[in-house]
Amino acid sequence: MSALLTLDGVSAGYGSFAALFEVSLKVEAGEAVGVVGPNGAGKTTLMRVISGLLRLSAGSFALEGRRLEQLPAYRIVEAGIAHVPENRRLFGRLTVEENLRMGAFLAAARRHFSERIQWVYELFPRLKERSGQLAGTLSGGEQQMCAIGRALMSEPKLLLMDEPSAGLAPLVVEQVFELVKRIRQEGFTVLIVEQNVGQVLEVVDRAYLLEAGRIKLAGPAAELKHNDFIRSSYLGL
Amino acid sequence: MDIYLLEAIINGLLLGGVLALLSLGLNLIFGVIDVVWIVYAEIVMSAMYAVYWLHNYYGWPLFLAFAAAIMIAALIGVLVHVLVIEPILGSAPINQLLATGGLLFFLQSLATLLFGTEFRNLGVRLPVLELAGLYISFSRLIAFVVALIGAVILYLFLARTYLGTAIRAISQDREIMGLMGVNERRVYVITSAIGGGLAGLAACLLVLQYDVHPFIGLTFGPITFMICVLGGLGNMIGGFIAAFIMSQIIAIGGFFFSAEIAEVLAFVFFIVMILIRPQGILGKK
Amino acid sequence: MSAQRLISYLPVAAILALPFFLPNYYQHLAVQIVIWSLVYTSWSLMGRFRLTSLGHGAFLGVGAYVPTLLWNNWSVSPWLGIPVAMALAVTLALVVGYPCFRLKVVGHYFALVTLALGQVVLLVIVAARDVTGGSLGMTPRIVGHSWYALQLPDKSEFYAVALAAWLIGIAIWFRVDRGMERAALEAIGEDEDAAAAIGIDVLREKLKITALSTALTALGGALYAQYLMYLNPDIMSGVGVSFQIVFASIAGGMYSTLGPTVGAVFTIGLNEGLRVLFGTHFIGAANTIYGALLVVFIIFMPRGIVGLFEKLRTRVQTPPPSGAPDTQPAE
Repeated sequence: MSALLTLDGVSAGYGSFAALFEVSLKVEAGEAVGVVGPNGAGKTTLMRVISGLLRLSAGSFALEGRRLEQLPAYRIVEAGIAHVPENRRLFGRLTVEENLRMGAFLAAARRHFSERIQWVYELFPRLKERSGQLAGTLSGGEQQMCAIGRALMSEPKLLLMDEPSAGLAPLVVEQVFELVKRIRQEGFTVLIVEQNVGQVLEVVDRAYLLEAGRIKLAGPAAELKHNDFIRSSYLGL
Repeated sequence: MDIYLLEAIINGLLLGGVLALLSLGLNLIFGVIDVVWIVYAEIVMSAMYAVYWLHNYYGWPLFLAFAAAIMIAALIGVLVHVLVIEPILGSAPINQLLATGGLLFFLQSLATLLFGTEFRNLGVRLPVLELAGLYISFSRLIAFVVALIGAVILYLFLARTYLGTAIRAISQDREIMGLMGVNERRVYVITSAIGGGLAGLAACLLVLQYDVHPFIGLTFGPITFMICVLGGLGNMIGGFIAAFIMSQIIAIGGFFFSAEIAEVLAFVFFIVMILIRPQGILGKK
Repeated sequence: MSAQRLISYLPVAAILALPFFLPNYYQHLAVQIVIWSLVYTSWSLMGRFRLTSLGHGAFLGVGAYVPTLLWNNWSVSPWLGIPVAMALAVTLALVVGYPCFRLKVVGHYFALVTLALGQVVLLVIVAARDVTGGSLGMTPRIVGHSWYALQLPDKSEFYAVALAAWLIGIAIWFRVDRGMERAALEAIGEDEDAAAAIGIDVLREKLKITALSTALTALGGALYAQYLMYLNPDIMSGVGVSFQIVFASIAGGMYSTLGPTVGAVFTIGLNEGLRVLFGTHFIGAANTIYGALLVVFIIFMPRGIVGLFEKLRTRVQTPPPSGAPDTQPAE
């Protein structure tokens, strides 16, 4: 398959609670793909399966044809997938720069640390200003930037973003989505999971609708924007 | 000033060095990666026995015995983590305290079974320095220096290296360490080895000054914990300062009252400090 | 009380009455089991609500030494001396507990403070050696058989007293278990802030249960001293005995009424068994096994022996929900 990431019949859950049912999707290199859906649909579960934080119960997924479902999280990062977790999850008592350094923990990333961090600081000048500040004291938007920057430090083939707009003020949310566009321009492949359907459809090429653990709809963003179901259920139109 | 009081103060300072050295390993484990090893002092005790046995019974040269003891202690640290801590890492920290408490009794009793309750002396006499009428313990001086060097090295390691940063990060958000490409189990195991090794290092210096017996851990165990908490958990420099405060309380208290009263004062000081400033002297809230 | 209820208590009553008819040696064991059951039960009053104390030896020590000192120096009967000791123990507990609870010192930090407290009491006892005999110990002034002095060489009689105290402890446990306090304390144990938010007076509830727990522990200490007719700081206070209390309570199961009692039976039984097997050849063997067992219990059986039985019983009665997460409290 030519796709960068493919998921094939992935099912997963927590104990007796099944969250995903035979989800299949793909992401091509250079694309931005969105996964939208309501609260509890299983979007975060999907992210955690792909990044290795959660073991799937059935199915498989592969990056550039290489099967990853048996690998622990740190090996999946090595393979080239970086995950910006829901709620940022920064190391609050480390500085901004130390958080970015953690992002570059991989041997391959360490070698290019100085170039990488310069690049991230160019992308996020605010982070450069606050590089010595404790990450826990940053504002919500700055934390999101730091979390994204941290994930980018490993120069991933695929960037997973879990609800980047969650808990942020509307103005900041716009900035975040502008960022996603910029990251795409830099050539990164992005898989973004969001409740904020309207905004995310503006920045992605394709999207999937996940409801109650199953893919309900899929298609180019432009089409989905005009889809009646989406419009009535998610865009309030 | 009374010459004996001055001597007490100075030896108190040097005792501070010993306590600071003791606290390095515990501060790494308890303070930095937030794992409760109530058995820490018993790991020191085990290493002390190792030095004693290797040097006095098997005739190993002292430095070789030291090296072996440090490695044994590091190994014990790893075993403690893998066998006892790992299975309960996700549950409340009190469980770690209780489980390692069980280990404490296990090691104490094992030592009693193997070595009996007699006090064992290494029999190595280090010179006592005489300075202007004051007698200063040489081995305590060495401990002081080693503690200082150890604290600096540890501080630099934690602050400036990738592994050190990872060690500092793991207690803040264990779950996402994998997302950084970090093998979290490896980090815990390596840290446990270093912590155990530091306990072994402290043991080497302790065994020069004190007789070893199965319950020696009870004499400095609680104080070591208190020093770590007092100084601000994870803060090596804070631990250093706290060690000196505690050692002065003990030295001066012992001079004016008795050894037990001095210890009581130290414990009461600890309780009061926990209530006034629970994050410790140099800790951040 | 219905006839059926009454009958269901008969086996228990029979077991409790049995020691009256047994030879001296077994009576000796029975007295110890009952006294320590009281101590473990009282510790568990706090332990089950996540107030893990590693310093209950302090209260045991106060309970042991105060009545004896009052008796030896001023001929104060233990019947008065023991309540005084209990009051002192409670005072000590509140003096330390109030600031701790107020300042939200919880979990293993609280445990470390209690550890320090236990050590302080031990050290004070040793330091006051002119009065207490220090590490060498002391004995109550012996007057032979006397109810006034609570000196009862007849083990049956002492067993009766100890049994009565144990029953008081169990009754108090019942009262706490069935009362509103339990729900409040469990809520506090889960999430203190949430409990406070719904109107629970966290400070008051914690202080109440602490007072109960330490008072009963002091009672146990007093009885133990009166029974042994010998006191010594290492037996009566300090880290060693504090951990022994924790271990036995956890091993028996600190969440159920008779769990701590089972813990006492288990540890005393184990002790005697080892003594019989190894004699004095292997001093330290018992503690080695205890230590290892504590580790095993914490990892595999945090609810103790009783908890294990409970689990087996429910598994037999109802099929377990598939893969349901274990919701038992970890402590």
